[in-house]
This record gives sequence, C-alpha cells and structure tokens, in this order.
Amino acid sequence: MDHLPNLVAEARSAIEAAEDMQSLDEVRVCYLGKKGEITALLKGLGKLPAEERPAAGERINQAKQQLGAELDSRKQMLEQAALDARLAAERLDVTLPGRGQASGGLHPITRTLERIEGLFTRIGFDVAVGPEIEDDYHNFEALNIPAHHPARGMADTFYFDATRLLRTHTSPVQVRTMKEAEPPIRIVCPGRVYRSDSDLTHTPMFHQVEGLLVDEDVSFADLKGTIEDFLHAFFERDDLSVRFRPSYFPFTEPSAEVDIQCVMCSGGGCRVCSHSGWLEVMGCGMVHPEVFRHSGIDAERYKGFAFGMGAERLAMLRYGVNDLRMFFDNDLRFLRQFA
Amino acid sequence: MKFSEQWLREWVSPQLATQALADQITMAGLEVDAVEAVAEEFSGVVVALVSQKDPHPDADKLSVCQIDDGSGEPLQVVCGATNVAAGQKVPFARVGASLPGDFKIKKAKLRGVESRGMICSASELGLEEGHSSGILVLSDTAPVGEDFRTWMTLDDNMIEVDLTPNRGDCLSLKGLAREVGVLNRLAVQEPVIEPLEVAHDERFAIRVSDPERCPRYIGRVIKGVDVGATTPLWMVERLRRSGIRSIDPVVDVTNYVMLELGQPMHAFDLANLHEAIDVRLARQGERLVLLDGQEIALRDNTLVIADRRGPLAIAGVMGGEHSGVGLETRDIFLESAFFTPLAVAGQARSYGLHTDASHRFERGVDPDLTRLAVERATSLLREITGGEPGPVVDVTSHEHLPPARQIELRASRIEQALGMPLKSEMVEDILQRLGMVVSESREGWRVAAPSWRFDIAIEEDLIEELARIHGYNRLPVRRPAARLALRPDGESRQPLSRLRHQMVARGYQEAISYSFVSPDLQRILMPQAVSPRLANPISSDMAVMRASLFPGLIKALEHNLNRQQSRVRLFESGLVFRGDLDDLEQIPMLGGLACGLREPEGWSSGREMVDFYDVKGDLESLLASGGNASAWRFEPGQHSSLHPGQTARVLYRGDDVGWIGTLHPAVRAELGLKVDAILFEVRLDALTQGCLPSFVPLSRFPEVRRDLALLVEESLPVQSLLDCLREQAGEWLTELRLFDIYQGKGVAEGYKSVALGLTWQHPSRTLNDDEINQLVDAIVTESGQRFGARLRS
Repeated sequence: MDHLPNLVAEARSAIEAAEDMQSLDEVRVCYLGKKGEITALLKGLGKLPAEERPAAGERINQAKQQLGAELDSRKQMLEQAALDARLAAERLDVTLPGRGQASGGLHPITRTLERIEGLFTRIGFDVAVGPEIEDDYHNFEALNIPAHHPARGMADTFYFDATRLLRTHTSPVQVRTMKEAEPPIRIVCPGRVYRSDSDLTHTPMFHQVEGLLVDEDVSFADLKGTIEDFLHAFFERDDLSVRFRPSYFPFTEPSAEVDIQCVMCSGGGCRVCSHSGWLEVMGCGMVHPEVFRHSGIDAERYKGFAFGMGAERLAMLRYGVNDLRMFFDNDLRFLRQFA
Repeated sequence: MKFSEQWLREWVSPQLATQALADQITMAGLEVDAVEAVAEEFSGVVVALVSQKDPHPDADKLSVCQIDDGSGEPLQVVCGATNVAAGQKVPFARVGASLPGDFKIKKAKLRGVESRGMICSASELGLEEGHSSGILVLSDTAPVGEDFRTWMTLDDNMIEVDLTPNRGDCLSLKGLAREVGVLNRLAVQEPVIEPLEVAHDERFAIRVSDPERCPRYIGRVIKGVDVGATTPLWMVERLRRSGIRSIDPVVDVTNYVMLELGQPMHAFDLANLHEAIDVRLARQGERLVLLDGQEIALRDNTLVIADRRGPLAIAGVMGGEHSGVGLETRDIFLESAFFTPLAVAGQARSYGLHTDASHRFERGVDPDLTRLAVERATSLLREITGGEPGPVVDVTSHEHLPPARQIELRASRIEQALGMPLKSEMVEDILQRLGMVVSESREGWRVAAPSWRFDIAIEEDLIEELARIHGYNRLPVRRPAARLALRPDGESRQPLSRLRHQMVARGYQEAISYSFVSPDLQRILMPQAVSPRLANPISSDMAVMRASLFPGLIKALEHNLNRQQSRVRLFESGLVFRGDLDDLEQIPMLGGLACGLREPEGWSSGREMVDFYDVKGDLESLLASGGNASAWRFEPGQHSSLHPGQTARVLYRGDDVGWIGTLHPAVRAELGLKVDAILFEVRLDALTQGCLPSFVPLSRFPEVRRDLALLVEESLPVQSLLDCLREQAGEWLTELRLFDIYQGKGVAEGYKSVALGLTWQHPSRTLNDDEINQLVDAIVTESGQRFGARLRS
C-alpha cells in the first residue's frame, strides 16, 4: 500500500514514454488491466483492516482515475500525431495539371454560325438548310436571275453540267421554303456556298447566313430595325453606327448594302476598312415580287425582307483573324484559339 | 466605270469637294471604289517651244536644243530623245523643277555641253506606265510659258465607280452627270452636238434581217479620213483618265463617244465591205477572225454584222480583224446601233470575251442615243482625221424598239413598303428629276420611264428610286411585329450542335474542309466511289465532290503532321456527295480522325498511342448521347481505305450508316503517312435520332451478381457471345459487363477467355439461387452449342 505513490509515478513515466498506441496500451494493461498492478492493489484491499479499507480504497481509486485520464489524454495526443503524420505524408502538389483528355473546340465559323442562329432563333426564326449541289432554277431562275442576266456575272459559278451547279448563295433554301410553307415565314439559312474565285480575300468555298421574313405588314423599316439590332447584338456594341447604301440584287427591291462603322478603328480609318471608316458586312432588301411569283406567294398580300452575310467576314472582324484562308487549313494551332 | 472628275464637272459641278462628291455618289448606289489623282506630284514644268535643234558635237544620240520657255531668255538643253524637232511644243522642266519620284532638275553638262532643264516624256511626268518612246509632243496651240499642270488640268482625279448591273445608264459621262444633277438638283450642261453638213451622197446599203434583235441600225460613210493623224492630247488624256489606251484616232473617237454618251460604236474599213451590211443571225459554224486575232466558230444564236462574204463582227461585242480600220484605210463606214440587251446578253461570255461594248449593250443602251452618237463621232473625226461625211442611213423598226413603259404607282404601296408616307410633291419631284413623266391617277400616279432606264418596269422599281433619292438612312427604323407562335420541337431528336459539343468534350477540334477534293486522293481512299466532277474546278486538286469526309480529314492531318503537330484529333460535319448527277445523294455526315498519343503528353499520362478502341469509345459516347445506344451495332466489315482486320460497319436499327477503322497500312504508305490514324464517319440522320426517356420503377429487392469466364475461339466476335447471353439470361438481367479478355498462360493457343459479370434483379421479389443457377446453366449450354464456349475452370 505504501508503494502506491511510487507506482503512480512509475506509471506516469511509462505513459509519457509510450510513443505509439501499442505501447500505450501495454502501459494500460500493466497498471489498470485485469492483472495490472493498480488492479492488484484494489484486489488486496480485503487484506487490510476494515477501518483502513475506505481510505485506502479511495486513494487507489483516485490513482486509478488519474492514470486513466492521463492514458486517455496521451492516447488523444498520439492519435492526433498519427493523423498529422498521415496528412503530411499524403500531401499532393495540387498545382500539377489534372489528368485525362484535353477538351477540343468548335471551328470559329461554326461558333459564329451558332451565334448568329441563336440570335435569330431567340426572336422566332427557324433554321432551314438545303442541298449544296443545286439546279439552275433554284439558284438563279427562281431568284429573278434568268439565263444571260448580267447579274450571273456577279457570282462566278461552279458548274457540273449545263443546269447543275454548286449553289452560289443560300438563297435557294429560301425559295424551297417559300414553296412549301405558308406565311408568316421567318427563317435563317446558314451553310456552305461556292464561287470560283481564289485569292487573298476569296476562297472558293465560304459560309453564308441568309434570313427571310415574309408576313402581311412588313416594310423596309422592319428590315432596317432587324439588321441594326442584329449587328448591335453580334458585335455587342449598341453604339455601332450602321448605314444602308442602295445597291442591286435581282431578288430584292429595294436592295441595300449594309456598312458598319469599322470595328477595328471605330471609324477613324485603318487598313481593314481601306481608310474609309466603314466596313461592308451584308446585303439585304425587300423580296422582289418576281421571287414571290416563282414561289407561289401573293405579292399583293405579303411583303418580305431578306438579308445575307458572309460568316467568314464576320468571324474575321469579331476575332481579329487577318487571313481568310486560315479558316480552311484546319491548322490545330489556329483552331485551338477558338476553344 | 472610271472617269475624270474634271470632265464630269464640265457637265455638272456641285459645290462639293472630291471626297464629298464620291460619298454622295456612293450613298446613291453608285459605289465609288477608288479616287486617284490623275498625275503624280510634280512642279516647275511649263509649255515650251523647241526653237532650234542642232546635233551634239560629241555624241551621235544627243541633240542640243534651244528652248523658249516664255521667260524671254532662250535656254540651251541637251536632249536624248530621237523624236525631238524644231518647232515642237513640249513639256519643259526648268532648272529647279521637281518631277515624280523626287527627281530634281539641276544645271548639268552632258558630254561637255551645258544643259539648263529637261524636255519631258509622258512617263517622266507619270502620265504613262513604263518607259515612253520619246518626248511628249504637245499641240501647236499649246501656250508657251503656261504651267503644264494647269494647262493639262492635271490637278484632277480619276473616280472609279463599281456599277451594279441594273445601272447601265450610268456607264457614260452623260449618265453620271444626269445622276449627279438629280442628287444635287442641278441642271446638266450637255455638250452642243450639231449635225454636220453632208459632203457627198455615197451610202452603203444596210439590211436588218433580224429587227427584233436589232431594232435600229445607223450607218454613215466618211470618205478620206487620215488614220495616221495624231489624236489630240486632251482626248488621249480623257481616255487615259477613264482607263482606256489611245490606239488610233478612229478607235479613239469611237471610244471617246462611248465614254461621253454611252453609245458603243464601230468603224469598218469601207474598202473591205462588200455589197451591203446585213444584220442577221450567224449560221452555225461560220468563222470570224476577231480584232484581237483569235478565230472563232459562230453559233446560230449569235447576231452578227455581215456582208455578202460573211460575218464582219459580232453585233455589240467585237469587230473582225479583216474589216477593221488600219493605217491604209481611206474611207470608213461608221456604225451606231441599238442591239437589244437580250440579243447581246451572254454572247460575249460564251466566246470567252468581255468588251466595253458588250458590257453596255447587255445592260441596255439608250435607243435614243444612236443618231446623236453618229453626229458626235463624225464631227470629232472631221476635226482630227479630216474626212467627208455622207448621209446618215437609219434603219429603224419602230415596232421592235423597247415599248414605252407606263407604270402605276400607288401611294398606299409606298407607305407599305417604306414604313412611312411620302408627300405627293416629293414623289413627283424625285421622279421628274429622274427623267420620268408623271401624271396623277386614281390611287397615285402614272409614270413613264425614260428610254435610258432599262431597270424601271414595275411599281417596286419606282419605290426603290424614291427610297434611294430620298436617302435610305432617312427612312424610319422599326422592329417587325409577329404573333408569338410556339413551334413543335421533337425532344427525341438530337441537334447537330449537341453532337458537336460531345465531340469537343472528347477532345476533338472541329475542322471545316473543302467539299471538293483531289480526285487522286479520293481514288486512293475509295477507288469505287462515284461523285460529281466539276466542269470548271478552281484547280485540279479541287475537282471532284467528296464522297466521304475522309479525304478532307486526311488532308488536314497531313497539314498538321507537316507542322510538328503529332497528336491530332479532328472532326467535321457536312454533306458528302454520292452517285452521279442523275442519281445523286447529298448526305449529311459526321466524321472524325485521331492519331498520336492517347492522351496529351503529361506528367501522369503514358506514351500509348491512340487505337481503334479509343476512337470507338468516342464514337460510342456520341451514340449514347441520344439515349438509345442499344439501337446501334458494330460488325466486322471491309472498307477500301481501312485495315481489313480493324474495320467495323456501323449499323443503326439494322441499317448501314457508317464506318470506323484504322487507316489501311497500304493506303497509309501510298499517302506517305508515317503514323496510324483511326477514322470514322456516320450519317447524321441516324446520329440525330435519339429516344425519349421512359421511366422504369426502381426495385427494392437485392441484386444478384454472377461472374462467368467463358473460353471461346479467338476469332469469335464478342458481340455474338453477348447477344447469346442476353437472349438466355432472362428478363430480369439488369446489367451485363464484359470485364476482362484474357489470352496467355492457362488458355490454349487460339482461344480467349471472356470474363463477364451478370447482374439480375427482380422488380417485386428476391431471386433465389436455383433460378439464377438455371439461367447460368442455360447460358453455358447455349453458348457451348452455338460457339463451342466452355466455362474456364
């Protein structure tokens, strides 16, 4: 009984000395286990005289509790240390790049076409497409460009034979749509078109988006409003100046070319706009009654407007691409810039 | 059409600076392409007289001239030109003058003789391209001492307008002036053209056999012209400022009148005309040597000017060499005619020609100009070449002249079309300024179009003119109103954009390649392919329409490999063209190509190259995105450009809709490619079909899983085994996973072990072992019978 203080001191240093859970547990077993030394003291209480027992019992129990608490706290400390060590060991370099496939990207022309389609479909236009090998009728005749019309010289056409050709614009899609649908008609027609021209500023294939709106009360004012809204939205510039210049297309009348204030120099004059401050970006006009006649639409009752633009030109202005031909080289170093 | 600003201002001169004038014309629909100074900067050049010419004492090729430059003191100048002569008026650069190219004139000694100034050639003054053959000789009336620039009106601009095909009426100074007059409300000063007195009575007979195509033909004989005469400098200059080179005085005059009035003309050598002019259709195959020297065979829809011996010229396009005017010509027959636009349209192009005359006739030449032009040309010729005009012979078929066009213009339609009403006075004013005759009618006006406006035929044409002259940018702006109608939208359809985005997510860059490809490349890839061939390709390697997306993808691959891009993943969507023209399919497809490392080079990725299964996985992700992956199948197939052992046909609901495979090693070698590439293409109409999700209740009962390893022959397509398993595994099979393919130790040569995980779950009860064992037994038995499969022990 008298060696209890020594025993407690001994146990304490053993707890202090335990460096892992296992040795700590051994300490616990050694002093507080069923055959432990403190337990043995409790078991030996019976041998003491009855009057000494309560006091002795209390001292032993106190020592037992004290050691128990110290064991617990040592245990917690060791657990924390073990966790800390594990966390330290598991540290990653989170700045290393992630694993797996890199993402690809859309072609800048697709990106541009999707954007244009999106702007128009959101206000109620549908997207219409059609064949690229067309016939003379749909590409020219029905658009009020009869054979030998000087306007045929405006677009150098790729032919397969006397009557079949690669469409020079997406307007045949408008004709096909008007023949099938009843007004009101609101469509945009994106797609590839072909002209036999190849130099710095022309590729023999390029992309157009044409739009058509046919309804009962449609005027040139509606056309102007639609085009202005579109150009402001496309370039995200509400203050962009837009002007309409009289022009000629056999399938529209009145016809106009649309110029915007140069987006490169804000109208100050630069190489891109040939120092004029203006950029020609699209053509448009009111649908010619002859086109309505070919398409079976009553020109007295309905009016319509149509417009057309080159996707490459818009993409070049929007993204600052300075060489048209890059669009069709499919050079990955070019394509990746539009992801 | 290119013209001199000064020349225009002689007709009509608004108070506008050059650029403002150009802008005004542009905004009226006559787009100005370029404004260019007619001469480069130079100064110190005056008109001078060569008063004396002596040979240089020490040089054969030089002469010593005495020059009177109006300063009173004769100047000695050494000149190297062979054409210098005493008595000539010449442009003279005084000491201190500055010529184009920053060339300063100084006092000099040439072979010991002092020279004070320089007699100039046209090229030295920047008036002629290249090197002139001698000094520029001015007319005798040139005033000595006058500043050469001022006298020549060289402070002038060439304005080039890009005219749209409807505005043939502006292909002349007369027409342009008319337009500028309208825009500025100014009267136009026309040159005075008086008919000359007839000097003799010689006529050359004219017959018009085809008055429908040629409603008016006017001819005149002019006798005794001197083709060797020199065209005056002012005319040469006006021609030059319109982009036309001086040829000889007769051609120059006809060109000048064409520029001035818009009437193309032609002069024949009378000595080479026989009997009578006949304006008729050519006979098929008749031959004609044109002015440019080429011989053509005529077609029978071509209008010609002929005589007894045959065709002399293509009407309204180009004259013939034989009947043309040359230095020996003494008498000429001058033609001024009205050929209808339809008679000339397409003719020039069909013979590979394009001339100033055909350009104008195709667009319409004012039939009222014909006679005026003859008189104008005659008097100019008389001034320059001399000659005695005979009577004008005019063969006109009035019934075939373009009919007067009376157009009804309704006030209500103007408002409807433009979105605003126009005041009556404004409408009448604009139309009248444009030369139209306007009278009131019940709903608006009756309008007669002038003879020069071939583009005015219907109400809309008039409305366009009103809008144009009023100014497009002064018209109102409005947003279209529409009824909000919802449109049907098939939810089970997969839009192309979603497929594209899926490819992008799998690491592919989108490509856009030309729809026409090299026939050689297409033949190497698909010797059997038939696709339309262009009649007029831009180059031989863009001559056939693609029958597949493969040629374009491979060309893009080559482009990138040649630029050190070794890891390439590309996709494209677009039409492919199959069959010949009369049996043509234009099929939308989506295709892809991958080559190089499986994953981008990185710290954790391996160095494995992409293989068939990588690309198949990408394609399967595309097929699965529609939600009905089970409708798709892959079956071994043979494709001319793909590896025979690594090619699959892609089937959708049993139909062949595409291919996937590794590029054939032999094809690869032929193309000179050093790396493997895996390609696929699938029809878009199949890819865009998806299915509407349909809910199946979740079971609350436990799943049962069994794993089987089946030994089968190596050559057995796993798909057959899977089909058999599904068939035998009963309706409660919820999942079938193929988790291993093993060959090697423990598996006999020629066999493979296919490890499969099958999962069953019943919707409303727990499955017991007996049931599952029965199903497994059935699977083993059936696959044993069908494929000789055995359980791997």
